[in-house]
Amino acid sequence: MKQTFAIAIGGAAGQGVATPGDIFAKIFSRRGLHLNAYNAYQSIIRGGHTFLTIRTGVEKITNMGDRIDLLIPLNQDSMDRHLGLLTAGAACIYNADTIKQGDAGSGVQLCPLPVSELADITRNKVAQNTLAIGAGLHMMGIVFQALEEVLREQFKKKGEAVVAENVGVARAGYDYAAAHFTAFPNRLPKAENRYAILSGNTAMAMGGAAAGVKFYCAYPMSPSTGVLHWMAAHARKAGIMVRQVEDEIGVINMAIGAAHAGVRAMCATSGGGFALMSEGLGMSAMIETPVVVINCQRAGPSTGVPTKTEQGDLWQMLGAAFGDYPRVIAAPLDIGDCFKLIPEIFNLADRFQCPGLVLCDLLLSEGRLSVHPKDLDFSPSIDRGELITSTNGAPPGIATNGDYKRYKITESGISPRAVPGVPGHIHTVATDEHMEDGVLISDEFTNPIKRRAMMEKRMRKVAGIETAVPPPTLSGPRDADVTLIGWGSTKGVIEESCEILNEQGISANQLQIRWLVPLHGDAILEILKDSRHTIIVENNYSGQFARYLRSETSFVPDGHIRKYDGEPFMPHHIVEAVKEQLGGRTKLSVPMHEIMV
Amino acid sequence: MATSVQRAGQLTMADLKGKVDPDWCPGCGDFGVLAAVQKALVELRIPNRNVVTISGIGCSSNFPGYMNTYGMHTLHGRALAVATGLKLANHELTVVVTGGDGDGFGIGGNHFVHSMRRNVDLLYIVMDNQIYGLTTGQTSPTSRIGMKTKSMPFGNIEAPVNPISLALAAGATFVARGYSGEQKHLTELIKHGIAHPGFSFLDVFSPCVTYNHDNTYQWFRPRVKKLEDDSAHDPANWLAAMEKSLLWGEEIPIGKFFERTDVPTLHGAEPVLNEGPLVQRDLRVPLDVARSFIEELM
Repeated sequence: MKQTFAIAIGGAAGQGVATPGDIFAKIFSRRGLHLNAYNAYQSIIRGGHTFLTIRTGVEKITNMGDRIDLLIPLNQDSMDRHLGLLTAGAACIYNADTIKQGDAGSGVQLCPLPVSELADITRNKVAQNTLAIGAGLHMMGIVFQALEEVLREQFKKKGEAVVAENVGVARAGYDYAAAHFTAFPNRLPKAENRYAILSGNTAMAMGGAAAGVKFYCAYPMSPSTGVLHWMAAHARKAGIMVRQVEDEIGVINMAIGAAHAGVRAMCATSGGGFALMSEGLGMSAMIETPVVVINCQRAGPSTGVPTKTEQGDLWQMLGAAFGDYPRVIAAPLDIGDCFKLIPEIFNLADRFQCPGLVLCDLLLSEGRLSVHPKDLDFSPSIDRGELITSTNGAPPGIATNGDYKRYKITESGISPRAVPGVPGHIHTVATDEHMEDGVLISDEFTNPIKRRAMMEKRMRKVAGIETAVPPPTLSGPRDADVTLIGWGSTKGVIEESCEILNEQGISANQLQIRWLVPLHGDAILEILKDSRHTIIVENNYSGQFARYLRSETSFVPDGHIRKYDGEPFMPHHIVEAVKEQLGGRTKLSVPMHEIMV
Repeated sequence: MATSVQRAGQLTMADLKGKVDPDWCPGCGDFGVLAAVQKALVELRIPNRNVVTISGIGCSSNFPGYMNTYGMHTLHGRALAVATGLKLANHELTVVVTGGDGDGFGIGGNHFVHSMRRNVDLLYIVMDNQIYGLTTGQTSPTSRIGMKTKSMPFGNIEAPVNPISLALAAGATFVARGYSGEQKHLTELIKHGIAHPGFSFLDVFSPCVTYNHDNTYQWFRPRVKKLEDDSAHDPANWLAAMEKSLLWGEEIPIGKFFERTDVPTLHGAEPVLNEGPLVQRDLRVPLDVARSFIEELM
């Protein structure tokens, strides 16, 4: 089993859950440790309940895990909700002045802090948080200096007096723990690494910058807004035009307008906004102007649960826009992949002059992960496809179109694309069906032969896209007892579930899907034909991927593990469900989420 | 097709003719708008490769196909959003957006309002015929109360929008109204609108000879009065322009209602564009800048 340590901090929104979270994250990453952070929260600015889990360790960490080692409830509600999650060896640090202890399980250490004795609470409203950080760090065996450094950075702008006060309060918590609480048996390890800590939204925004995005626009919508925030904050340094638009219909159309002028343009939204973008995607495909659209899924339908995760938009994305058209759809596998995928999908969208769609979810968008800086590559390969610009050799001074045909019928289906302003390539693009030269054939010129030719021209690009995208591969032993099939963000938790199953004597392998379109159905069937028992794991009610796989390949798995309560899978959910299914007790498991948030 | 070398100033009306002739009904007001736009571009001597004509969907939105400039025939109501993106990506292009009253004030109403407050530097020409033509005659956002159409056979009960007042209220920096039957006047307004730095809104009475039997050439001719002939009209006076915009009936003003040039354009206000059009930029983020982005996360 992975050696990891997990802290959970619970409180009301506005009580300062984020700050201790950031401080712990910084200290862990500076010790060279990996970490994964997931914040379960509600759509409320003040009040409600927020529960942040930070899991750290020397090995790569891919999910929130099953165990909480240290619980810090900032209010009574958090104590009442979560104390029961703790098992032997865990500890709970809390403000003894305001929070009554609950019934702890055996072997759980309760650590009450006499906050008003240790700090002047009239001056420092978040003294309980700072004391708890100090106490927690002592119990993890971390030297105080590590905390002092971070606090100094945190409060530097507020002046030496504030720095000194916070360091003093933290010290009091640290010393109190030394005198009164039992430290964890294993001190937190140290390693010689240095990682960047980032969310999936930051990763996708940075991936966009690395891909050469010059135009980004959005309408704020949880959980995609982080992409807009990174873009807006870094726009001037990165040379990116960032616009907040009146609605998502405006967003997609503005992005396509910019892309049509010749820049790489991107936008992000969630399910509701994506629904509004649907018609625009059809335009991108029809006028053959590439655009990249990110959908950060949240629990639906309709406004749904804005702060909770789900993989429920697959069919919306597959069915977005009417008519048949070429496109690529990919689901990033983890937060590092959120970065890496963006330049890849831009290359495909540019080469095949079609929409590139990214199906992310709240778990990755708002979760945070340690990523090695070398995996944030700002020099990825850039392929703009057959693009004619003023600078790449179009003859100057020519007034009329000559023989240029924007939608020239070719074997690949790809027609060289000239951008406005280039001499000698004047043309009009149209969302109506059109001929090779762009002239409409939709109205009085309607012509079945021409329509068929244009339809086939566009759809020939599908074959090229299939060749350009690699098929998925199986990880783990080929002859395993069970094959777990997932897509997108469940990669990490399925991976860890397989490790746990293997330790428990059940050999498991994993087929994780990143490219949803093209799917490479034949390659998937080839992999699955040797599998002894197949189970599809996904974060939705109806088994959207299972239905998609069946529609593309006729493949029917032996069982399903699904979750649609708004929270992500934890490894034990999958492990227990696999055992239940291998024992023949059910074919559909819907694990219960034990953390009530 | 033969190619010819074009120098600035050599553009002729024939150079601006599209690949096909308009499919508008004989007598449609849109012919007059097309001719006026072509004439304005000839007189302004803008090379046609630097002009992009962008439309939505509808009879008048077929406009880009009848021009020999770069063109985009986009989605119903979305032309302004597309045009905004295009202009921001390459602000050296001259952008003319064309469409109808349904496209602009109905389905595209949201983009209309926001494009004006942003002061995007483009000319937006609405060929306003107060009817839906391509869908064979339904009530439009500018149809008068009482007008009988296929969708409101007992008469329209909804008040029409006043595009001029709306544009003034939304912050358009150039607001004018033309009439397809007044070619010379219309051409001047178009030239002025293209030259204006910022959002130029030009509502053009463009009669639908097939479906609108109320607002015909005969109806408009005695009513339209040029603001340019009114020596008391001061286009710098927003309040006076607003008052003029409310005139409707026996006398309907056409011409320039309002203009101000002291508001920065959207592309002019954005420092990211100080180094020139986005489309000309290197795609790569400089490595030292990239390093600083990563360093923030450590």
